[in-house]
Amino acid sequence: MTIFLQATVEGLSLAAIYSLVAIGFVLIYKSMDVLSFAQPALAVVGAGIISSLAVDRGLPFIPALLLAIILTGVLSLIIERTFLRPMVGEPVFSVAVLTIGIDILLRTFLDSWIGINPRYLGDPFPTYGTLGSVNVGGINLKYLEIAALVTAIVLITILSIFFKRSKYGVAMRATSFDQEAALAQGINVGRIFGLVWFIAGILAAFSGFFMTGGFNTLSQFSFVKALRALPAVVIGGLDSIPGAVVGSIIIGLTQGYVAYYQFQLEGIVGISLGNGFSLLAPYLIMFVILIFKPDGLFGTEEVERV
Amino acid sequence: MLSVQNLEVVYQDVILVLRGVSFEIPKGKIVSLLGSNGSGKTTVIRSITGLLDIQNGDITKGSITVDGEDITNLNPSKIVEKGIAQVLEGRRIFSELTVIENLRLGGHTNSKDVPKNIDRVLDLFPILKERSKGEAGYLSGGEQQMLAIGRALMSEPNYLLLDEPSLGLAPKLVDQIAELITEINSQGVTVLLVEQNANMALNVSSHGYIMETGNIVMDNPSDVLLKDEDVREFYLGLNPEGTKRKSFKDVKHYKRKKRWLS
Repeated sequence: MTIFLQATVEGLSLAAIYSLVAIGFVLIYKSMDVLSFAQPALAVVGAGIISSLAVDRGLPFIPALLLAIILTGVLSLIIERTFLRPMVGEPVFSVAVLTIGIDILLRTFLDSWIGINPRYLGDPFPTYGTLGSVNVGGINLKYLEIAALVTAIVLITILSIFFKRSKYGVAMRATSFDQEAALAQGINVGRIFGLVWFIAGILAAFSGFFMTGGFNTLSQFSFVKALRALPAVVIGGLDSIPGAVVGSIIIGLTQGYVAYYQFQLEGIVGISLGNGFSLLAPYLIMFVILIFKPDGLFGTEEVERV
Repeated sequence: MLSVQNLEVVYQDVILVLRGVSFEIPKGKIVSLLGSNGSGKTTVIRSITGLLDIQNGDITKGSITVDGEDITNLNPSKIVEKGIAQVLEGRRIFSELTVIENLRLGGHTNSKDVPKNIDRVLDLFPILKERSKGEAGYLSGGEQQMLAIGRALMSEPNYLLLDEPSLGLAPKLVDQIAELITEINSQGVTVLLVEQNANMALNVSSHGYIMETGNIVMDNPSDVLLKDEDVREFYLGLNPEGTKRKSFKDVKHYKRKKRWLS
């Protein structure tokens, strides 16, 4: 039972991390119809900025964290302004390829800065690197995992209130539903796109921190973790925020359980699944779900009129 | 007064859609713009409200002024702020959002007056009041059209541009919409009514323009147009008794000049 709970907690905290990137994917997809492949890169760039401010520059940790997150949002906004704004009205395919270019650009800069050795992001505790943990009834809860869960829940709640109540939140939903009709209401659609990218950047930076904080450290391969949010959005349906959250939970829990129960699983199946199967499992789940629901669990089915 | 002078619009750099359109909408009046499919009516509205860009269209000549101020090629949001609102063809309400959210979006440019304007619009359309919390997509066609008009009124426009408000509605509802347009106008809103339903449009408006292939070919007070034989035949479907139906070819006013092969 303890193992089960331990796996659940770890799975959920992974889900929290993925959901932050996944929501960024969905927000951009909904507003621009483009899957932005630059999202994982933004997450690790966010982590890089945190490390640079908190460790290299020696700023106090919490201000450095917040500053870095806002800076990532601004960077995301600048990317939208300079690269994506001129592409409005161009084929979706070209824009998607452009975001791959942005991803490569960001990661090239980041990788050359990271260098060979992984980098610490710093933490607010005196014992360096661990970020600490607490033991509840035999379950080892890392502070970082708890923080990820709480942050994700808080951010998702704030976002859903923002979309329901605020003027710009409602305008964002309207824009993603019908851009032309939104323009006709006097909504500045360009400003909405900027806002979408800013929010996506902030979410990415948060998840970047939880992915690479503490012992996890930031290395040239960290972006692969963020990329795992992609099966989450595909499972959930590209244009659904609840879908992104549910997809992330499925991916996170699968990864958590497989990591702990792989031996039993191998016993049942009778074949060895090999090292690190827990990282592959989410993609298998994705394939299975896509066979039955090609538009994802919550995605809008694409109807084409002939 | 909203005035359009010698407007020429080209789509995708090659398709000439408006070939020098000029007309005026005097303040406080209802003016209708009639024409068959593809004559450029919607493009006229798009040029006024700045929505050409999204369809890859450009104004290549001419100007649009409102109360003496040039608004040609302004941003759509700036144009709404100048007091011009439009109801898009086919209603285009945000069907995933609630009725109230739709109205709030209409008031995006003057958000501080939103509560006041919501009350005003719901008074004008009591039917929307009952369903204000529901998703707009579940409204009937007539209700959706009312919502679309109400949404446009949220920005407190001086000029309201309606693109085919009668589209797809039962005759009884069309009468209702016509009454509403008169009522809105009596509250001081100047209306441009773009229609295929010439009967309804000419009955509510004081002046009518008729478009053919990107030109305005007729321009008369509505009652004169209602009596015009060609208009009666081709827009109202009434031909004088005992006469043979004419072909549109014989009466059309804009004849393309053949510049080659002839």
